[in-house]
Amino acid sequence: MAITTDPGFIPQGAPNTVGEFEVEFADQRRRARRAWLIGSVVFFILFMVTSWLGDFFRVTQITMPDGSREWRWVIPAGIPRLGEFIVKTIPELHWSTLGADFAHWFWRWQIWLKLLFETILIAYMATVLGVMGGFLLSFPASRNLAPNKWVLWITRRYLEIARTVPDLVWAIIFVYCFSVGPMAGVIAIALHSTGALGKLYSEVNENIDMRPIEGVKAAGGTWFDQIRYGAVPQVMPNIISYTLLRFEINVRASSIIGYVGAGGLGAEFRVAMSFQEYTDLSALFVVIFVTVMIIDYGSEKLRHRIIGMEGVRA
Amino acid sequence: MTTALTLTNVSRQFGETTAVDNVNLSIEPGQFVGVIGRSGAGKSTLLRLINRLIDPTSGSISFQGSEITALKGKPLLQWRRDCAMIFQQFNLVERLNVLNNVLIGRLAEHGFLSSMAMRFTDAERAMAIEALDRLDLVPQALQRAGTLSGGQQQRVAIAKALVQNPKIMLADEPIASLDPANATLVMNGLKQINQEDGITVLVNLHTLDTARAYCDRIIAMRAGRVFFDGTAAQLTDGVVRDIYGLEGLREFNEAVTSTAVREMA
Repeated sequence: MAITTDPGFIPQGAPNTVGEFEVEFADQRRRARRAWLIGSVVFFILFMVTSWLGDFFRVTQITMPDGSREWRWVIPAGIPRLGEFIVKTIPELHWSTLGADFAHWFWRWQIWLKLLFETILIAYMATVLGVMGGFLLSFPASRNLAPNKWVLWITRRYLEIARTVPDLVWAIIFVYCFSVGPMAGVIAIALHSTGALGKLYSEVNENIDMRPIEGVKAAGGTWFDQIRYGAVPQVMPNIISYTLLRFEINVRASSIIGYVGAGGLGAEFRVAMSFQEYTDLSALFVVIFVTVMIIDYGSEKLRHRIIGMEGVRA
Repeated sequence: MTTALTLTNVSRQFGETTAVDNVNLSIEPGQFVGVIGRSGAGKSTLLRLINRLIDPTSGSISFQGSEITALKGKPLLQWRRDCAMIFQQFNLVERLNVLNNVLIGRLAEHGFLSSMAMRFTDAERAMAIEALDRLDLVPQALQRAGTLSGGQQQRVAIAKALVQNPKIMLADEPIASLDPANATLVMNGLKQINQEDGITVLVNLHTLDTARAYCDRIIAMRAGRVFFDGTAAQLTDGVVRDIYGLEGLREFNEAVTSTAVREMA
């Protein structure tokens, strides 16, 4: 059988379509350019206003070397003070007495090591609790997966409150409730992590392919089955990635949270500041910096390995 | 008591548009029914209404004398198990292996905990392997579903439908994304299940020659309504022209839209 379609059936373009395109294209470009111009002017004005409100243009009085007082813009006036602070925190190290100097710099190392261990445990436990909460709540908090709009609304508000309050503020509240100690820190960071992770996870959930979920639903799967089989395997690599990232963030959070009495190294910052032991601050900084660096490196390796594995059960 | 699947005055509206408009159908057990029609004629919506993936705006659907549109909770899940659904895009979980994808067909029988833990019994696994064997997919059982070809994925979907022990199998354009060789394999699989297991098959197709070759009965839809209901022989060129609105084509040729394997002369 021959294929016999009417050649007249193929739509023929009008002769001036190219001309029309040119006009439309020029118009579109003009509009895009105008939108960009307006956008950048608005951005610039807003930036300057906020800088002004934030005292970035303030002029302050400083004492000159000859004792006279002069007016200076706050930024060049303040930067030397940063140098002064850093100089104060740097210990005196001499090559000839290096061992002794180091011992003097890290004189509280036994206490710090114990507190560092506590800091990491706080971060670990808070991450575990935060992941459990955030993971379970991320599904009802996803627009495409929520069983109904009330559940969506309630879980979203809960997650918002949990992450809007900074972990330091939660820590103050829980120290008040449960007294000084690591437990308050764990709950504080866990709660903030739940909110932050729940949000991140739900954004991952909202980008999934919905067809597998429909496939599970059509086979008679419950809402939980649809999530477990249709959604979880798809989001697993991202969940693991965000979880390890959160652990890194939580180590940083738990190392400062002791400042308000919620356990970990943070308490030592407060002690050093109030006794004006400025070299202790640099020692603590070195301890935290090295720890965070090791954990970052380790979790990155782990993340790549897990994503590379692509397990059967996913 | 009637054993047929019966649709009475079924309509479904999406906003202003009426996707399915006052459809009346009765489908006898064991039939192999093809549904044809232009894109947007309401074929997909019809199948989804039967499986209750969407609810009708009005009308009644009943099966073996029980009302389907009123089902809720566990009976609804069991109904979905009873009328297995196969999709154009396969709708498998690509990151799960083939075996687990097939076992999804058993979920309606599972409690909360065993389902969440992905724990299936040996009998269920045997059932899944048996279904995969019927579709020649046992060697791929432990591969991730996403690594299979389209034709293989669609056969996995059929195996999943089989372990549901369905009474009806609904297939929504099952071969539209497949090449001719795979399309033939999938259609033969459906036909075999229809004949050997006596499962009613209701399949949406957009290729007329496939419908003619496989279906005992052809239903044509146009603008949400049933426009034609009869055998392949009754589907004359004139009727086809009306179904697809091919007034612009001087002569309509089914071979142009075909996805079947045929020798080119």
